[in-house]
Amino acid sequence: MRIGLVLRAAMVALLLALVLRPGWFEPVFAPLAPAGGPVIYTRSSLLSLSLSHLWLVAAASSLATLVAVTLAILVTRPAGAAFRPLSRTITNVGQTFPPVAVLALAVPVLGFGAGPTLVALFLYGLLPIFENAMTGLSTLPPHTMEAARGIGLNNRQRLMRVELPLALPVILAGIRLSVVIALGTATIGSTVAARTLGEVIIAGLLTNNTAFVLQGGLIVGLFAVLIYDALVMLEHRLARRSGRAQRG
Amino acid sequence: MIEIDRITKVYDGHAAVDEVSMTVETGTITAIVGTSGSGKTTLLRMINRLVEPSSGEVRINGEPTHAVKPHLLRRRIGYAIQGHGLFPHHSVARNIGAVPQLQGWDKAKIRARVDELLTLFGLEPDAYRDRFPGELSGGQQQRVGVARALASRPDLLLMDEPFGALDPIIRTRAQQDLRDIQRKLGSTIMLVTHDMDEAVSLGDKVAVMDQGRLVQYGPPEEIIARPATGFVADMVGDAERPMRLLSLIPVSDLIEEGAAPGEPVTAGATLREALSACLWTGRDAVPVTRDGAPAGRVTLQAIRARAERQA
Repeated sequence: MRIGLVLRAAMVALLLALVLRPGWFEPVFAPLAPAGGPVIYTRSSLLSLSLSHLWLVAAASSLATLVAVTLAILVTRPAGAAFRPLSRTITNVGQTFPPVAVLALAVPVLGFGAGPTLVALFLYGLLPIFENAMTGLSTLPPHTMEAARGIGLNNRQRLMRVELPLALPVILAGIRLSVVIALGTATIGSTVAARTLGEVIIAGLLTNNTAFVLQGGLIVGLFAVLIYDALVMLEHRLARRSGRAQRG
Repeated sequence: MIEIDRITKVYDGHAAVDEVSMTVETGTITAIVGTSGSGKTTLLRMINRLVEPSSGEVRINGEPTHAVKPHLLRRRIGYAIQGHGLFPHHSVARNIGAVPQLQGWDKAKIRARVDELLTLFGLEPDAYRDRFPGELSGGQQQRVGVARALASRPDLLLMDEPFGALDPIIRTRAQQDLRDIQRKLGSTIMLVTHDMDEAVSLGDKVAVMDQGRLVQYGPPEEIIARPATGFVADMVGDAERPMRLLSLIPVSDLIEEGAAPGEPVTAGATLREALSACLWTGRDAVPVTRDGAPAGRVTLQAIRARAERQA
């Protein structure tokens, strides 16, 4: 626990330094840059790239969460059970369709910029959230569900007061997976001019500058690890509250 | 008064409950007993419409249950099940206060009711109010489950194998507690069990279900002494019949003047316990105490006579 805390603090510090004071790392990255070429990416501020990257991921994941959880709620109602295979197919297609292909197809319609990336991340993020929400909502403790009906909660009250709170830790695990995938995948958005940290990596690839690639990659990686970690802690906390973790 | 009027539930052409009629008096415990698949749970669940009857109706104090929306009906009927079914993410107080809250009681009133029930069930309110169900023992969870079912002072309390998940010692305690609380509150309880011992010791009346039909409905003495069918006789068990009868009669019925040696039994104990004390210690009579003071004795001979006469 103590070691974990120190490690986390160190990672946060490293990330902040990389984003806010990239100049500090010039000696570290210098051996990787081509002779005479730039070592540190300065064409745009890393902070604004990071914020725009995170914003894209947050927007796409929120949208995917909204749609996937709504869909999962609908297909776990008795009236919606018939649509379960269909909605599974749709979200599966979303997952198997490569994000690059989505970008290529979306550009003619939405133009260059954040739009196509948002669509690709949204589609890519649906499946893990949908699958987890469906699992969470269909594996609730049967005695509790029976009692919820028996004491007189109506359908909506059962959903809001019992089913969703109890399924929340499992749903959150799906969101976590989806967010981490999106954090990495968002980088390819820069191929169609979305402002993400992928810009740094792509610039590095185009100019054979490993320093740029490493710089961009490190920042994205650190974001992914830290956000993953934070969401795991949140899940544990919620699981404890909902009593799932305590059963011996 | 609860009237069940020719109620039937058909699943795939097979009647799980077949034209059952019975009347339950207010303020009594009715134990519905049967083997699994006898339709006892389905019968119970049709009363609060967790299962909709195929035909027939149930009236509570004269009002048919199908005149009310199911979830509103259920708020007026307490429901306690095996494995308690508490909401694991809500505190004990929130669990118990669930139905009053649905019925729009104000906060102070709910809080007072929760504390009253916790005290009634022997759980110190200050210590237990804010705990979560996962932090309680099995017996405590079960008590909270019953407290939740009683919270809004329902017309009727339905219990489906409420003690099924408890170990034997805690179960006996829980049964006694339920009896005491029922007497204190005057609640009307219908309880489903597969255990004939539980049925005869708790029920003012016992209803025996077999293959969807109500085969006998009467006071426990009658069920034991005069089983209506071979099935009921099997449920009662020939070998245990006299013992079961004796377990229904308090020692106070047979107290006579005189003294006897050895450990006393209390006047509230059953004849079964007195008999057991006689046999175990080789005595022909045991002394009886009432509220700690000697009250006479009960003899082996009197117990024997009583068991014989009943059978």
